[in-house]
Amino acid sequence: MEKKSYTISVYSENNLGLLNRISTIFVKRHINIESLTVSHSEIENVSRFILVVNMTEDAVKKIIGQLEKQVEVIQAYYHTEDEIIFTETAMFKFKSDLLFENPQIQNIIKEHSMNIVTVNRTFFVVEKAGRRHEIDAIYESFKPFGIAQFVRSGRVAISKEAMNIRKILGEIVQ
Amino acid sequence: MKNTERIIGAEAVVRCLIAEGVDVAYGYPGGAIMPIYDELYKYQDQLHHVLTRHEQGAAHAAQGYARTSGRVGVALATSGPGATNLITGIADAQIDSTPVVCITGQVASHLLGTDAFQETDVISISSPITKWNCQVTKAEDIPAAIAKAFYIAKSGRPGPVLIDITKDAQQGELDYNSYEKCSQVRSYKPIPETDIEKVKQAAEIINGAKKPMIIFGQGVILGSAEAELKAFIEKSGIPSAWTVLGLSALATNHPLNVGMVGMHGNYGPNKLTNECDVLIAIGMRFDDRVTGKLDVYAKQAKVIHFDIDPAEIDKNVKSDVAVLGDAKDTLGKILEYVDQKEYTSWLNEFRAFDQIEFEKVIDGQLNPTKEGLTMGEVLQGINKATKDNAVIVSDVGQHQMMAVRYANFTNTRSNVTSGGLGTMGFALPAAIGAKMGAPSRDVVAIIGDGGFQMTCQELGTILQTGTAVKIVVLNNEFLGMVRQWQQLFFDRRYASTEMINPDFIKLAEAYSIPAKKVTQRENLQAAIDEMIASESSYFLEVMVEKEDNVFPMVPTGASVSDVRLS
Repeated sequence: MEKKSYTISVYSENNLGLLNRISTIFVKRHINIESLTVSHSEIENVSRFILVVNMTEDAVKKIIGQLEKQVEVIQAYYHTEDEIIFTETAMFKFKSDLLFENPQIQNIIKEHSMNIVTVNRTFFVVEKAGRRHEIDAIYESFKPFGIAQFVRSGRVAISKEAMNIRKILGEIVQ
Repeated sequence: MKNTERIIGAEAVVRCLIAEGVDVAYGYPGGAIMPIYDELYKYQDQLHHVLTRHEQGAAHAAQGYARTSGRVGVALATSGPGATNLITGIADAQIDSTPVVCITGQVASHLLGTDAFQETDVISISSPITKWNCQVTKAEDIPAAIAKAFYIAKSGRPGPVLIDITKDAQQGELDYNSYEKCSQVRSYKPIPETDIEKVKQAAEIINGAKKPMIIFGQGVILGSAEAELKAFIEKSGIPSAWTVLGLSALATNHPLNVGMVGMHGNYGPNKLTNECDVLIAIGMRFDDRVTGKLDVYAKQAKVIHFDIDPAEIDKNVKSDVAVLGDAKDTLGKILEYVDQKEYTSWLNEFRAFDQIEFEKVIDGQLNPTKEGLTMGEVLQGINKATKDNAVIVSDVGQHQMMAVRYANFTNTRSNVTSGGLGTMGFALPAAIGAKMGAPSRDVVAIIGDGGFQMTCQELGTILQTGTAVKIVVLNNEFLGMVRQWQQLFFDRRYASTEMINPDFIKLAEAYSIPAKKVTQRENLQAAIDEMIASESSYFLEVMVEKEDNVFPMVPTGASVSDVRLS
């Protein structure tokens, strides 16, 4: 079976230590988590983990089973990229001098509709939300000029289909 | 009006345990759990604390207690080394689905993360091997945490839970009302819903089968579904095999019991797993020791899998129909839909393999003609002396496989062994707990000379508590199972498997335990009879053949149908 990129969404209680439990499920099976984002969800006191992994569908189904087995996990889902709306955010920091020495930098910023977060005498920071390949392309374009700092967030994703967490919580509580 | 009292956290711990019906807890005191021990002193008439000689012993004793009683076992330890010493037992309980609640003391909350004396991050360490764990840093959170711990440990697929309580939470005060048991956790569904359509589909496949076979595991025992299993087996007429942990869920001598599957299981059920047309797995998880090489495991069969844990479905073996739910409920439901049948010629295929196994393996074990004593004849002697009614607690290794192969069972919850983790040193402390969990029964621990020395300090616990555990050490002066593998797969290079042992009799006597050593066959049965008749604990050492092997054997990576008889 072919390996693919899957986006896993885990709805859980907001409890200390759960991140550790979730990550060990992957580590135990020697699976690299390519991206991880944890935030509040649309429901109060319910957290949402978004993980990106590269694995076979068979393996990802088993992982979902192991995730859902955790007492504090309400539900877990996996999606292929065409089943979700997703994005990442990247930030780049440069020395301010570069802006004047290399006008191409300004062109790249314009071309990719990047936001300028801050500019001062010594450095400036630009950001971009987008798909991984767009950010990779920007990174490659900036690379020759010398990037002072680069960071990219984990993926955030929203599923096209409903996930019915409220309904599941309601059923469990009954 | 609620009766509110102002008490300290440590007292709340003990009162919550008592309110949960805990009558015995195993443990070892130390700095960070002293406030709880101080309360145990006060409440000793209501909660018996057993001082083991090592925290690992406390964890295994709690497991043994849980396995025979069906209740939650409790183990207590201090922070740091106390907590880490519990870890092997917790891992064992996790893989064998044993309900255990462990309570560890922790350094005061203001010291967390400072590398304080005896500080260990036991929450992180135990996360992958607990069903649930949590750290409590405030006295007022203790009752709810303990209630949740017991609920989670015993509900659904059981497992170990650890509660880590900081010393300041033990010493702080709280308003204690009457104890409220936990009955739900909103993110947790212990028993999945059973889809009646799946039950009907399973029944339809079963009713159309020509050569069906059942393999049942510990899920039957954990779900108290022994009667439902028996009714299902008898109505459907299907030959039924047990896994190591499924032992004793059905009587050994039941006419449809075809023995044990797996690496050292019986010849027939291993061979015929690859010939049946329908394989019905009940409360078992297709462990690699059961299946051998997966890509050639029961490929010809339609697989029906009954389990309470959805994560087990299709984990190792793909099922054609999965029936989720509690075994008591699902087996009760399917009974209505299965036809009354008999499979005489198919059952005879099992019996034909039994005959071959008897001639090539069993006869030599039970009726040996060679001089050296066999492990099998010791087990047979125990069967005879206890009329197949003992609780057999086995350690890990050759003697364990001989115990599970040759011990006979009449009653459920009679087989206590470390199945999934394979923890040497398990049996002696587990037997102490097993006896306390089933005080009216004969509890016989079968231990090798290697495993015995891993936890033999628990003889001190037997001395102090007077627990009437019968200990049988089958001494072959080797780490026998490893030696067997060295013989078969490593060209007899016996690297670090030969044991020079102490005088075990003197050791037992040092703990005031009556002891006897048997070296000759003619003395064996009388010694076993004396041991079983003894009102107190008893230690029996049997010198067995040094280089005996356990067969049949499915070598690692081989198909179950390639099971070897020699």
